[in-house]
Amino acid sequence: MSELDFLTDTMGRLLAGLPITLQLAVLSVSGGMVLAVLMAVARSASRPAEWFVRGYVFVLRGTPLLLQIFMIYYGLGQFAAVRDSVLWPLLRQPWWCALLALTLNTAAYGSEIVRGGLNSVPAGAVEAARVAGMSRFTLYRRIVLPIALRQALPAYGNEMVIMVKSTSLASIVTLMEVTGIAYAIISETYRAVEVFLCAGAIYLILNFLLTRAIGTLERRVNPHLRGAATS
Amino acid sequence: MTLAVSAAAFATGICFGTLGAWAKSSHAALPRRLADGYTTILRGVPDLLVIYLFYFGGSGALSLIAHTLGAQGFYGLNGFMVGMLAVGLVSGAYQTEVLRGAYNAIPHGEIDAARAVGMGGLLMLRRVIAPRLLHYALPGMGNVWQQVLKESALISVTGLVELMRQVHIGAGSTRQPFEFYITGFTLYLILTTLSGALFRAAEHRSARSERRL
Repeated sequence: MSELDFLTDTMGRLLAGLPITLQLAVLSVSGGMVLAVLMAVARSASRPAEWFVRGYVFVLRGTPLLLQIFMIYYGLGQFAAVRDSVLWPLLRQPWWCALLALTLNTAAYGSEIVRGGLNSVPAGAVEAARVAGMSRFTLYRRIVLPIALRQALPAYGNEMVIMVKSTSLASIVTLMEVTGIAYAIISETYRAVEVFLCAGAIYLILNFLLTRAIGTLERRVNPHLRGAATS
Repeated sequence: MTLAVSAAAFATGICFGTLGAWAKSSHAALPRRLADGYTTILRGVPDLLVIYLFYFGGSGALSLIAHTLGAQGFYGLNGFMVGMLAVGLVSGAYQTEVLRGAYNAIPHGEIDAARAVGMGGLLMLRRVIAPRLLHYALPGMGNVWQQVLKESALISVTGLVELMRQVHIGAGSTRQPFEFYITGFTLYLILTTLSGALFRAAEHRSARSERRL
């Protein structure tokens, strides 16, 4: 097989793994973001919630993601209670385990990013909204969250890029996403460099599109900065 | 083993990072382009993929070199070397940005002043640039170290028996995975917490000469 044929063939096989990579990335980032916002808000609401979130963030940020995936995939199945529960049909599948681990992991990093955003909301804006008679829910929906999320967007963009790369760890619990397929092709053909180039290109393009999209979004949510010298 | 491979990878990363930062702040276009490509690719591709590249590709390249030199048989990179090079190369890309930022933060006047008192390039590097650079770069380097520590878990796929691999083997052979993984969590937490404290102490120390406001 000629070199070019091998490359196109490899590319074709790798692209078959793209749907799983995308599913894991999109679902874990969106699920993680919901959790992150909830935790960041809960943290400022009550003492016990604050300690819970602190502990959660400490553990999830201080340990390798691979260990977290193993814990959920292999560790939880040890308990009969888990095996008998209604969730077992889901927790038995590597796809759900990987998704759960990725979501919980990004939620920890995300909640810190959102917390930074919440801290940046000017106290005056909150006071003004209270004076105008907004309820707590409306206050969060109309004033606090829009400002906080806009502030947190650049850092959250970094986290999203990291998550796209982290989906590669799902291959270790037997999922055939892009990296899993790359591993299989490398062990068949031992042409590591060519396969690396193809798989690397896929991730690079994904992340390039992602950073571009976030940049566009940033410009859209910051109309007051438009025209100024921002990047 | 986790500590050894992380430390080796971190040191490799500092070498690559220094080279990268130097290339990026150089005035010539070629080194700047190369360094740009290096940081873009290594920061945009999953680390696991880089480890596979070195694990499989490294052995092939090594055998090729050995064969052209006339040796026979198969030469492989061991897990430690693979981990050190792969994680080192990835962390070097992040380190490049950390060091570049720190270099840019050095007030230009200090370099001018050093030149004015007649310091040579090497002496200036040792007495002025390096200490200042280290001070500015420490917080960022602490981040990279934490990242390297957690990334070292990925090296377990090459069969290197570090903490992650040991935990996984124990979990598999005793059929009590939960206990082993919990122990793994605890050990990694101790490592990250201790090294976090160490970096804070180092930052404190390097701030001694700073003027307090």
